[in-house]
Amino acid sequence: MTILVLAEHNNIDIKSSTLNTISAASQIDQDIHVLVTGYQCEELAKDISKCEKVSKVYLANNEKLKNPIAENIEPIVVSLANNYSHIMAPATTFGKNIFPRIAVKLDIAQVSDVIKIISSDTFMRPIYAGNAIATVKSNDNIKVVTVRPTSFDPVETSGGKEQVENISFDNDSGSVEFIDREESQSERPELSTARVVISGGRGLQNAENFKLLNEIADKLNAAVGASRAAVDAGYVSNDYQVGQTGKVVVPDLYIAVGISGAIQHLAGMKESKVIVAINKDEEAPIFNVADYGLNADLFEALPQLSSELDKLNTIQQ
Amino acid sequence: MKLLVTVKRVIDYNVQIRVKADGSGVEKDNVKMSMNPPDENAVEEALRIKEAGKADEIIILSIGNDKAQETIRTGLAMGADRGIHIKTDNDLEPLAISKIISKVAEEEKPSVILMGKQAIDDDCNQTGQMTSALLNWPQATFASKIEIDGQNAIVTREIDEGLERIKVSIPFVASCDLRLNEPRYASLPNIMKAKKKPIDTKDASSLGINIEPRIEQIKVEEPPVRQKGIMVSDVAELVQKLKHEAKVI
Repeated sequence: MTILVLAEHNNIDIKSSTLNTISAASQIDQDIHVLVTGYQCEELAKDISKCEKVSKVYLANNEKLKNPIAENIEPIVVSLANNYSHIMAPATTFGKNIFPRIAVKLDIAQVSDVIKIISSDTFMRPIYAGNAIATVKSNDNIKVVTVRPTSFDPVETSGGKEQVENISFDNDSGSVEFIDREESQSERPELSTARVVISGGRGLQNAENFKLLNEIADKLNAAVGASRAAVDAGYVSNDYQVGQTGKVVVPDLYIAVGISGAIQHLAGMKESKVIVAINKDEEAPIFNVADYGLNADLFEALPQLSSELDKLNTIQQ
Repeated sequence: MKLLVTVKRVIDYNVQIRVKADGSGVEKDNVKMSMNPPDENAVEEALRIKEAGKADEIIILSIGNDKAQETIRTGLAMGADRGIHIKTDNDLEPLAISKIISKVAEEEKPSVILMGKQAIDDDCNQTGQMTSALLNWPQATFASKIEIDGQNAIVTREIDEGLERIKVSIPFVASCDLRLNEPRYASLPNIMKAKKKPIDTKDASSLGINIEPRIEQIKVEEPPVRQKGIMVSDVAELVQKLKHEAKVI
């Protein structure tokens, strides 16, 4: 049997989450089809078809699909579903929004946010914000699965068959109208895929002080994140949030500054390879998960860190 | 206009959960239970819509064992008008839950169904989307702002890239994000009043819906424990360790 992956993209670039999902699918079956729904996105459909594991890309190209309205994408996937053993998407707000609709229309119980594939019908997924891991077996004919992108290495876009087949779309639901999107603009790497992340918490005290983090982020080519406490206090906008209700990040280096380490936050970063915590409260729970803890006032430590990094860069040059 | 808010009873978000030694699940006996946090935002939003004069009745629906009534009472104490309890002693999957909600919605005919975007126990994030698809009503998931205007609503949605606004027609299903509002606490007089508000109880098996589980839970285990690392004395030592020991900078 073959697997169908629903691609996430912005009509210009493939989102990494798509390549992570193809990677997860390739652990189940080597024959993978990808569905691209969008507008004027022939080029990126072609790029996806270059993935070695992808034998065919279906492209539904229509102005009504320019924005990913769940009600419009769902019937396209449902109409293709019966040809597949698995239907997969990334567990991003894109996939989460659409996939349960597909599952219920097929009368199938969806398996959400898979972090490990055990076999074609058995998967591991975090529950209770990652405080427990459940192994579950789906007994439905078609498995409807979303996967956590950061748990699977992305596939390369080379070595594929480069087959793209157009499919039609004539099913505008009409009940939902897209108005606009306000995307956060940043020169820095994207939070969910950055190799280094530096996050601030309530300890930063105000929005202005996040500049201290920005300065270090620039030196490390890092993304800047925040705890929910800092977001709720209005220091930074919501898309900075790392945690159970924000983004799950798995960078090589995670630096938590002025973050106490609530369960909520740990759920979003504790799989990071190396964790550094800087906090003036020596009892802060963040130190229990940190590889390197520094019990210090962040307003002294951050400028020092900045100058130490400068020294390092000077030596390297 | 009638609003239906669905709420789930879950282990309180402040409780450090414990996985049972036999791998059959997490310990729920003698553990503090509360309303699922984003469901509280859904109740709060319904109250605000009613207070703005745009709705006249709020119904709280919960599906679960007898204790689910306590969670319904919490919603009634916050200010909702009446409750519906669909009784079952089994843990139902979102597929079955959404079928039950749809059935209740067909009887009650609310203009908006509000619920939390996700339950903090199974973390599925499915029920709102499934209910929307079953009823063929538009969905507005991960809502951080809901503005009702006549026969439509403009909803701001929290997405990975930032914020998105959509316009949906009424009736619709909204799944609520934590940043939608700040839920109120129930006052003591309102808690007393809530005791007299009606809750209609029905057995899930009487609805004629197949609620058998489809997904087998093989085991539940603790996540790998992260070893506590070392404390460094100053920033210089930290940078040296990151450079030469961890080799990440």
